[in-house]
This record gives sequence, C-alpha cells and structure tokens, in this order.
Amino acid sequence: MSRHVVLIEDEPNIAEAIRFLLTRDKWQVDVHGDGADAVDVIRAADPDLVILDLMLPGKSGLEVIAELRAVAGLQALPVLMLTARGQLKDREMAERAGVTRFMTKPFSNAEVLTAVRDLHAQAGQLDPARADSGQVPS
Amino acid sequence: MASLNMLALVCLGYVALLFFVAFLADRRAAQGRSAAWMRSPLIYTLSLSIYCTAWTFYGAVGYAARSGLEFLTIYLGPTLVMVGWWWGLRKLVRVGRSQRVTSIADLLSARYGKSNALAIGVTILAVIGITPYISLQLQSITLSFAIFAEADPLRSYHETTTVFWVTVGLASFAILFGTRNLNANERHHGVVTAIALEAIVKLVALLAVGIFVVWGISGGIGETLQRIDASRIGEWRVDGGRWTAITFLSAAAFVCLPRMFQVMVVENEDERHLRVAAWAFPLYLLLISMFVLPIAAIGLELMPVGSNPDMFVLTVPLSQGQQGLAMLSFLGGFSSATSMVIVAAMALSTMVSNHMVMPIWLRLQGAAGASVSGDVRNVVLFARRISIAVIMALGYFYYTLSGGGAALASVGLISFVGISQMLPALVGGLFWRGATRSGALAGLTVGYALWVYTMLLPALGGGLVPDQVLAEGLFGLSWLRPQALFGIEGLDSIVHAVLWSLSLNAIAFCLVSLMTFPSPLERLQGAQFVNVFEHSSGPRGWTGSVAQCEDLMVMSQRILGATEAQAFFQRELEHQGGRGPLPDPTPMFLERLERELGASIGAAAAHAMIGQIVGGSSVSVQDLLAVADETAQMLEYSNKLEEKSEELSRTARQLRVTNEKLTQISQQKDAFLSQVSHELRTPMTSIRAFSEILRDDADMPLADKNRYATIIHDEALRLTRLLNDLLDLSVLESGQVSLNMSAGQLDEVMDHAVNTALAGSEHPMKVNRTPDSEALRISSDLDRLAQVFINLIANAQKYCDAKSPELTIRVSRGLGQIWIDFIDNGSGVPQDHQQLIFEKFSRVSPERAGGAGLGLAICREIMQRLGGDISYLAGQGGGSFRISLPVEGKNLSQSHI
Repeated sequence: MSRHVVLIEDEPNIAEAIRFLLTRDKWQVDVHGDGADAVDVIRAADPDLVILDLMLPGKSGLEVIAELRAVAGLQALPVLMLTARGQLKDREMAERAGVTRFMTKPFSNAEVLTAVRDLHAQAGQLDPARADSGQVPS
Repeated sequence: MASLNMLALVCLGYVALLFFVAFLADRRAAQGRSAAWMRSPLIYTLSLSIYCTAWTFYGAVGYAARSGLEFLTIYLGPTLVMVGWWWGLRKLVRVGRSQRVTSIADLLSARYGKSNALAIGVTILAVIGITPYISLQLQSITLSFAIFAEADPLRSYHETTTVFWVTVGLASFAILFGTRNLNANERHHGVVTAIALEAIVKLVALLAVGIFVVWGISGGIGETLQRIDASRIGEWRVDGGRWTAITFLSAAAFVCLPRMFQVMVVENEDERHLRVAAWAFPLYLLLISMFVLPIAAIGLELMPVGSNPDMFVLTVPLSQGQQGLAMLSFLGGFSSATSMVIVAAMALSTMVSNHMVMPIWLRLQGAAGASVSGDVRNVVLFARRISIAVIMALGYFYYTLSGGGAALASVGLISFVGISQMLPALVGGLFWRGATRSGALAGLTVGYALWVYTMLLPALGGGLVPDQVLAEGLFGLSWLRPQALFGIEGLDSIVHAVLWSLSLNAIAFCLVSLMTFPSPLERLQGAQFVNVFEHSSGPRGWTGSVAQCEDLMVMSQRILGATEAQAFFQRELEHQGGRGPLPDPTPMFLERLERELGASIGAAAAHAMIGQIVGGSSVSVQDLLAVADETAQMLEYSNKLEEKSEELSRTARQLRVTNEKLTQISQQKDAFLSQVSHELRTPMTSIRAFSEILRDDADMPLADKNRYATIIHDEALRLTRLLNDLLDLSVLESGQVSLNMSAGQLDEVMDHAVNTALAGSEHPMKVNRTPDSEALRISSDLDRLAQVFINLIANAQKYCDAKSPELTIRVSRGLGQIWIDFIDNGSGVPQDHQQLIFEKFSRVSPERAGGAGLGLAICREIMQRLGGDISYLAGQGGGSFRISLPVEGKNLSQSHI
C-alpha cells in the first residue's frame, strides 16, 4: 500500500512541519502552496491522501474540494482539512463539501499522524482494487 | 257733481273689487289651479309698474309743467336698467331665489355674513328713506280728495282729518292685504294679481285723460304739438347735470327700492319673465308717460294761474265737466297710491319684523329657546301688522312736518337719493368678492348721513333745522353748509346731494372693504353671491343628529304651520329616500330648512333658530368665527400630528439604518474575530508543531534543530507583533488614543523613519529624497507620524519586486496641507486591491513576511487622528502612497520657528 500525500498549505512553516512529520513516518509528501491549480496538482500526483488548508490564496479549500469531488475517480479520495478558523460553521461547510476529516489548528503532531493513518487504512478497506494496485510498485 | 260720500263709496267698492280679485287668485293658486295668465310674464311686468306711483300719475304732469321734459329722467333710469342691465337683474333674481331672501335688507345681511347689524341698519335706513315716499302718496290722495271737496260745497273739508283717515285706510288696507299670509316667499299671488289690475286701471285712466285732452280739447295731434310749443314747457332747456343725476338716481332707486325688490325678486315666479319685462316694462313706461306733456301744456293753458299742476289730471277733466273721466282719473291715482303703499308697507314690515322685532323677541325668549316658546307664527304676524302701522304713521308725521306743500316730484326725489345709498353695497356684494360687512356698513352710514344732512333736513325745513345752519353751515363753518358742502356752490341741490352722498358712500365702501378682512361666513356667502350661476345651491355646513330632528320639526311647525311643516318634512324624507318618521338632518336638509324658515322669518333669524337647536345655542357670526378658529386650530393640530408622524417615520428610518449599521458592525466583528483567530492560530500551529518535533526527536541534526528553533522564534515574534498591532488598532479605533502633539522638522522625522525601517535588512533598498522640500516645520504627533513612515518604508522594502528596489520620497505643499508621497519602482498594487489594502487583514500577496495585514489599517487610523489622510496614488508606476498632513496653525508655526 503506497503512502503518497499531497499537502496543499500556503503557510510555509506549517507545511514544513507536516512534511517533516509525514516524511519521518515514511510518507511521500508533495507540498503545494496555492489553491488555484491545486486540483491539477492532485490529479497529476494521484496521491493516496490529500491534506488541504482551508484558507488558501487563489482558491479557497472549499472550492478546491468541490472541484476535486467532481473529477471522476477522485470522489472517494480521502481529504483531511486543516483550518485555523476553527468555527463550527466552517466545519459543517467543509463536511458538506465532501471533506473526509476536519482538523483545527493548532494540532498535536500525534493527532495529525493518527488521522492520516486512519484515513489511509479506511480508504484501503473500502477500495481493495486500489489497495491491491498499491502493492505493485513497492 | 260727485259728492265726497260718493267718492268714498267708489273707493270702498274699488278696494272690495281688489280684495275679491286677490282672494280669487290666492285661492286658485292654493288649489294649484292658477290660470296660465296668472303665471305669465305679463303679470310680472304689470306688477313692476308699482314703480309708477301717485308721483307718476299726478306728479309727472306737475313735474312737466314745472320743469319741462325733465320728468322723463324718472322713466329713463328704469328703462336703461331693464334694457341695459337685465343681466345684473338676472343675477339679483337668481341670488334672491337661491338664498330665498325676503327683502333687500335680508339680501344684504345674507351677503355680508348674515350680519343682523347690517340688516337692522338697512331696515332703519329704508324706513327713513321710504317715509317721504309714503307721505307723497298720502299727499296725492289728500290733494285729489281736496279737488273733489272744492267741487262739493255741501261738505266741510278738513285737510288734516282727511290725511289722517287716508292714512288709517291705507294702513288697514296694507295690513289686510299684506299680512294674510306669513310666508313672504310663498309668492303673494293675490296681491300681485291685484297690483296688475291696478296697473291696468292707472294706465287706462291716464291714457283716457290724455286722449280726451288731445282729441277732445285740443283737436288733434298737430294742434296739441303747437300748443305745447306755445306754452312755457317749450322754453325749458335741458340741464345736463340734473338729467344725468336724476336718470342715474331713478335707475338706482329702481333696483334698491324695497317694494321694487319685493315684486322684482321676491315675487318673481320665473327668472325668464325678466326677458319679457326687459322690453314690456319700458313699453309700459312709454305709454304711461306719453300724454304727460299734452296734459301739462293744455292744463297750463286752461287752468287759472296758481292752480296746482300736480292735479291737472283731475282738474282738467273736471273743468270740462267730464265727471266720469274725472272719477276714472281719481281711481287711477288711487290705484297708483294704494299699490305702492301696499307693497312698500309689506316689504318694509317684513324687514322690520324679521330683522328687528324677531331677533329681539328671540333674544328675550333667551334660555327657553325657539322650539318651546309660544306660537312664532302669531308673533311674526303681529310684528308685521304693528310694523305697517308704524310705517304709515311715520309717513303721516312726515306729511304734517313738511307741511304737505312741496311738489310731489321733489318729495319723491328725496326718497330716491336716500334709497340709492344701498346701491354700492348691493352691486358690490353681487360682483365683488372682496366686499366686506364693515365696508357695507361704512358706506351706508356715510351715504345716509350725507343724505340726511344735505337733503332730508333741508327738506323738512325750519321746524328741525335752524335757518342759520342752512345759510352758514354747521357750527358756523361755511364748508359744512348742507347745500354747498366743502364749498361747492352753484350746484343743483339734487346733483349736489347725489354727488356727495353716493360718491363718498362708494369710496367708504371700497376703502373699508379693502382694509378689513371678511369673516369666513362672509367669504362663503360672497362666493355664493358673486358666483351664483356656478353654484346656485351648495351645502353651507349645518350638521345635526337624529335626536335634533324632532326639535327642528316642532320649531318648523310653529313657524310654518303644522300642515306646511309636515308637508316639507315629508317631501324631504321622500327626497332622501329614508324610511324613518323624520328625514335625516343632513347638511343639505338643514340648509333647505333654513331657507324655508328664512322665507318666513328672515335668513339671520332662521340661521339663529336652527343654530339654537342644532348647535345648542344661538349662532352668531362671532360663534361661527369661533368655530372657524377652532377648525383652524384643529387643522393646525392635525398638521402638527402629520409632522409628528413624519418625524416618527424619519426616526424609524434612522433606526433602521442604525440597525443595519449595527448588524453590519456585528458581522464585521465576527469576521474580525475569525480573522484574528486565524492570524493567531497560524503561528501557534507552527510553534506547537516544531516544539513537539524538537521535543520528540532528540537525535536530530543540529542544523535542523537550529532551523526549527529559529522558526519557533520567528513565529513567536510574529505573534507578539500581531498582538501589538491589534492593541494599537484597538486604541486608535476607540479614539482613546492621546496624541502627543509637538513641533519638529519633517526631515528629522523622516531620517529617523528611514533608518528604523531599513535597519536589519540584508539588502536595504535605495531611498531617494529631496532634502530641500523636506525642510519643513510641522506640528503633529511626531512619533505616530514616524510610525506611519516606518510602516510605509518597511512595506516597500518588503513587497517591492524590482531587481534593484528604489523608494522615492517626495514632499509638496498643496491647499492647506502637506503631501508626502512614497513611490517605489516595483509592480505596485493591483487596481482591484487599491481600496482594500487599508482594510484590516487584507493582504495583496500571499507571500507575506510575517505581517498580519494590519499595518495600513493602523496607518489610516493614525493619519485620520492627525487630521490628515493616507491614500494609494494610482498611475505612478510602482507602489505609491500619499500621506496628507494639515498645515499647522500660524501661531504654532511662528512660535516654533
């Protein structure tokens, strides 16, 4: 099972922290800092999981998730949304837009790792075809 | 020879015939079977002939014998009115009918705000003015009796006794005729028919005498003309002044005389009758005056010198032995006198009882009120009968006072001048809305006073006015001589009196009308009169309740009689289409009832009586004014209410706006908190994540450790800056900031700002300055100003994307302010962001260097506190900001230089 994450985060220091954590946990991490072409980047990378910031330049995280869910084959892609605007309203909107999990900044590193692993595991159970194909390259 | 007894018998017989005719006509009218001829314009025209009194019958011949053709002026005036002013008469008739007025006093009172004072004044003046006229009739009948008495040697003739009995006879005649019916506006069919008969009798009599004179004595028209030329009459010359004055006078009197008003307006059956009368009445006048000159000329020739020319109509036939013709002639004169006396007494008594007796009686009844007192009908009838008796008595006294020696025509002219004083108020009231009650009163008073002084008193002679006054003027002042007022001498006494009394009357009327303000009721009535053709009937504002209708019924029965009142109420009920026992007291109904009652007791009294019931008390003009004032107050109050409600809706509007603003502010606050939360959480996220990494990863390479520690440090600094900015902004926005104003050099402040902003930069940008322009003395909070400069310079350093960044600082002076521009050579702020950048947390580019987006917001707050502003300068190539500072006050600058 491949461990490929695309991280869309415009705040460089936060992006660096997450990249460090996940890399140490044996994940391949692609970092991208802009919302405008985020969907293209994700489609091109074809990751197992996406970590998406809510407030992004170019396009907001909500717009990105809405577009992402419209692309064939990406409807079930696990998306973990991170936001510094931890209001209830934001969480509801995010879940309606199709976010798999929602997490408020600041977070503990353990939380992020657990969330990423959980999502990855769930996705593997739900999508055996993908889980199988995941074994081939590694 | 006809004896006096025989004469008396003939008179009684004639009177009995008149009564019979009147009775028949009344009965037929009451039964609704009045013959067509009774309602024809011919009867109307003949009734107008009461203008021709004994003065015409006897006096015209005397007038012609004394003054030639001048007697014609008496007929010229009415002819001109009928032919040339019929439209004015039509308006008069229409007003009279639509207002249901009962007399000329009633009309004037109604026109000038139902003023009873005016009605009383006009009534008194009319009585005084008519008194000589009535005495003229007494005189003429007495004279004619005297002629027969001379021819009857058997009887001893006593003049005073005759006059007395003639007066008594005429008075009872008038009472019997004129006060049988109460409703003055119910058209006295009987009286009018009797008068028409008398008109025919007097015309036939005069024509008969004339024909006898021309063909019986003179022998044809040609010879008669020669005899006229030969007589004194042919020598009389026309006096232009007198002709004009008397023609005008007779025209005025024709309109104003109470008895003429009675037959012309009150008794008018149909407005269209005027059209026939317009040519038929002048024709009647022509016929009746046709033989005046021949009779006068032949009389002068035949009768002995010194015989009274006023009696030629009688004496000429008698001298020729024509007893029958003389008797006819006597009847003609008798007809002239009686018809005039009947109608005049009727008209005057209506005025006296309606405007003087009834209001006094009503007031005496006082609290009891009109509806609960005795039978008003009887009171009114009694008042009228007494009035007739008093009027006749006045005529009798005038006759005895003046000695009865004057020519008939001169007595008549005195009356004419007196009566004509009503003309300005009457004509003004019909055609000028600006005419007021005070004006009418003033004009009448001035006119009558002058008439009494210049005509009546001199005519009454020695008994009342000392000769000294006549000759030398009042108080010995020559300009107050009654017959040469203001030193104007040489005028004929008639012309003199007409000139002064009528002109000053008219002037007083106009001036006072212009100076005074009409009451609401006057304005209302004025409009009804002047524009009578537009609204011949219109509601005049009575209001009542059902309960009062019974009271109205009771009162109406007392005044109109039970049958008539019930019939009227029944008609009104049917008209309204109601089912109840009584009609609803609508304003229309009350107005009609007022007119109906007004016909019996006069407009003012009817108004007062209805007012007593509907309004609960006597309604005077003052009361109405009070009502009008109250209405005005209500209007004002409602205006105020309107203003209040406008104010309320304005307040509501303001509240709505405020509420919207508050909602907006609340939303902004939420957005702000959300933004602050985001700005705080972001550095905290980094700090937490890296501190956990450092804690958990002990064997991390040192370089990484250092790098992560630096990030933690930088983010901590960012948090501090953010908190500082937030606090700063909060203080600035709340206005609690205390500015530390001081004077200093702009260049020094700028030096400090540039050094501070660029300190610590690895590659400080180049700064272009012009020291000369910066050498300015300024007065401001220098620290705050420096903070703004530092922020702008730091922003330029941070965001300028040119290869070799440069910042140009320009200082210039404008209108009362100093402009400081900061222009870099980067790509600048995109146009759609240029306004946004001054808002909190707005950032142009995502790649910040630790700013929270509060810097420019703080700058704007500071500059506004300092009385200046900050704005983005578009079109300068790079990013450019302009700061404007107010130029300091002169005193401050001088004290610091």
